[in-house]
Amino acid sequence: MHRDHDEEYPVRHAYSTPTTRADGTRRALRVGLGGPVGSGKTATVAALCRSLRDRLSIAVVTNDIYTTEDAEFLLRNAVLPPERIAAVETGACPHTAIRDDISANLEAVEDLEDEVGPLDLVLVESGGDNLTATFSKALVDAQVFVIDVAGGDKIPRKGGPGVTTADLLVVNKTDLAPLVGADLEVMARDAKAQRGDLPTLFTALTAPDGIAPVREWVLARLDAWRA
Amino acid sequence: MSTHPAPPPPPAPAPAPGGAARAALLVLADGRFPAGGHAHSGGAEAAVRAGGVHDPDSLEHFCRGRLRTAGLTAAGLAAAATAGLDPLVLDEAADARTASPALRATSRKLGRQLMRAARAAWPGPALDALAAARPRGAHQPVVLGLAAGTAGLPPHDAAHIALYESVTGPATAAVRLLSLDPFAVAAVLARLTPDLDRAAEAAATAARAALHDGVDALPAASAPLLDLAAERHARWKVRLFAS
Amino acid sequence: MTRWSVTAHARITAAPDGRGGTALPELAGDGPLALRRSRDRVTVVGAMAAPLGGDRLRLDATVLAGARLRVGTAAATISLPGRDGAESVYDVTLTVEDRAVLHWLPEPLIAAAGSRLRTTTRVELAEGARLVLREEQVLGRSGEQPGALSTRLTVRRAGRPLLDQELSFGQAAPGWDGPAVLGGRRAVGQLLVVDPAFEDKPVAARLLDRDDGLDGSHASDGGDALVTPLAGPAALVTAVARDALTLRRLLDEGQREVVGAPW
Ligand SMILES: Nc1nc2c(ncn2[C@@H]2O[C@H](COP(=O)(O)OP(=O)(O)O)[C@@H](O)[C@H]2O)c(=O)[nH]1
Ligand SMILES: [Mg+2]
Repeated sequence: MHRDHDEEYPVRHAYSTPTTRADGTRRALRVGLGGPVGSGKTATVAALCRSLRDRLSIAVVTNDIYTTEDAEFLLRNAVLPPERIAAVETGACPHTAIRDDISANLEAVEDLEDEVGPLDLVLVESGGDNLTATFSKALVDAQVFVIDVAGGDKIPRKGGPGVTTADLLVVNKTDLAPLVGADLEVMARDAKAQRGDLPTLFTALTAPDGIAPVREWVLARLDAWRA
Repeated sequence: MSTHPAPPPPPAPAPAPGGAARAALLVLADGRFPAGGHAHSGGAEAAVRAGGVHDPDSLEHFCRGRLRTAGLTAAGLAAAATAGLDPLVLDEAADARTASPALRATSRKLGRQLMRAARAAWPGPALDALAAARPRGAHQPVVLGLAAGTAGLPPHDAAHIALYESVTGPATAAVRLLSLDPFAVAAVLARLTPDLDRAAEAAATAARAALHDGVDALPAASAPLLDLAAERHARWKVRLFAS
Repeated sequence: MTRWSVTAHARITAAPDGRGGTALPELAGDGPLALRRSRDRVTVVGAMAAPLGGDRLRLDATVLAGARLRVGTAAATISLPGRDGAESVYDVTLTVEDRAVLHWLPEPLIAAAGSRLRTTTRVELAEGARLVLREEQVLGRSGEQPGALSTRLTVRRAGRPLLDQELSFGQAAPGWDGPAVLGGRRAVGQLLVVDPAFEDKPVAARLLDRDDGLDGSHASDGGDALVTPLAGPAALVTAVARDALTLRRLLDEGQREVVGAPW
């Protein structure tokens, strides 16, 4: 991902997202996961960790609105050892913590790198808000927006910065489409209209290896990041 | 009887055309300055849960107490940092003035977050040196004072910002937690401004005295319930704010 | 009973007596600060009502290397208004040298209506010194509004600040009885324990009230207390209570938590 301020080191660079470590190696790729509450962000994070933890060094930052529920879910399900999971408290404003004032999240990412690094991949899950929440470019290198079919097949059409600008749109819970009467064809067409060439993937995390398409996308990003 | 001789104040940056750097005061005091404050309630979340803060009047009572205690103490430290006292000596003085480990941790966390924003906004050797000496975070008022100085503000302004933050944090949090009438809360803040101005004056005066007499000349006002509430809050499993 | 204000300066110095006990090479009471001794214990016996507005009282105690000293007061100290509304001042300086132990356990200080008192307690500890220090403030005699009281406690250890706290109550201290400071309670106190042993084994922060901390409500018995480790080898018990009796009970409980075996 090209960053036009890479050349301006050190003045602007030192404070947010230097892309290389002190030893010159590329730092971990940071992927943000946003989207409405309940769409499957934590389930996606858990599935990614399970299927990538044997080949990559991974850490997770959660941004719960009110509890440490997400972090605890990940701990309980032992998707990663506890020292690789950090919870950030957001003061009733989850979108502020990932977009307007990212300092607590940046610190969490840096502390994870310090304590369990070197890391290959850091997943930052947003607190789950509404369709307007996006991640600051100073916090993550790529963002995934997760919606689900149960929220209605109108969501891609409604747009909003998450749906239209995320590097990847995931439409999750396709297994429920028949039950809620959601038309996946319509969702795909609307997403294409909103997003142009940006990719959209359909997942059912309940299916065996349902995470596969997202995993392949993440691995491709990681290759591009390291290239 | 401080054993630490006060270093001379650093040379003031060239003042902006037409006077002091007034606009920097606004940037640094703005709640949108990305220094992590939005996730903290300044003890208001615990006070709301305990029933002590439930309406604009009780919020005002809370804020008056916080302003005169934690606020004044932070203001003295901030003004002293701007005035040129050794930031590491002030950092130690802040530890001694903060009996609650939860509040010490919060102050250092916010100090680290402010450091990041301040170095981006007003890069300078004083901030770099403190960041290197306290990589896990110096106490927030000390960072605030150094940042204010680097931005060209006088000690009095640093005190003002510390005091302003000491009441706007709880006020904003109370609006979110209790769905208070935002206009009534704006009026609470307006009513606190005379107290705030007086406290800033006291903090700046103390900072001047501390240049000669050491950190013991700085305010050390504390509030037992803020300490108790902070430790209680830190143990909650379910909460909206980090402190 | 109104009298003219006085200035008094009392001094205590404790030294090892060479037989495992304490000698008091200096024991000089002055004015209202009369001193009585029994073994390693000194009691301040109020020889007249004090402090009264305008009084300037000073008490210095030094515990020389290797010595032990306990200081208490015979009764509560009541701050009273003077003739002209003047402020009174009570300064205490405590110095504890290496391997020395000081227990400073006065009875409460009561700020009577109309009084104005400013106290400072400055403690200088050597690195190997041990200290138990209790301060209790009661705001007003029963049923009355308190006078103005401001207390500053500054503790340095090996020349570096360990604890610095000022508490102010009464009209000149806006918000003093509000939800950030005392929450309507009238008794407040602290118990400080400094012991080099905390360097390796600091106390854990702990609330002493009986609720589970989840609902945030106050304890039913009229008091809240907290044990905290300071940023040095010391533990502080902070308590806020309905009355002096509850306060003492909480501070005693805190002391038992912090000091395992008595020393
Ligand atoms: N049926 C179905 N349920 C899913 C799927 N993905 C997640 N869930 C469930 O949806 C609920 C919310 O998921 P979660 O990951 O916690 O959502 P988040 O709020 O976006 O983090 C949980 O009960 C998940 O088990 C899916 O693909 N299909
Ligand atoms: Mg989640």
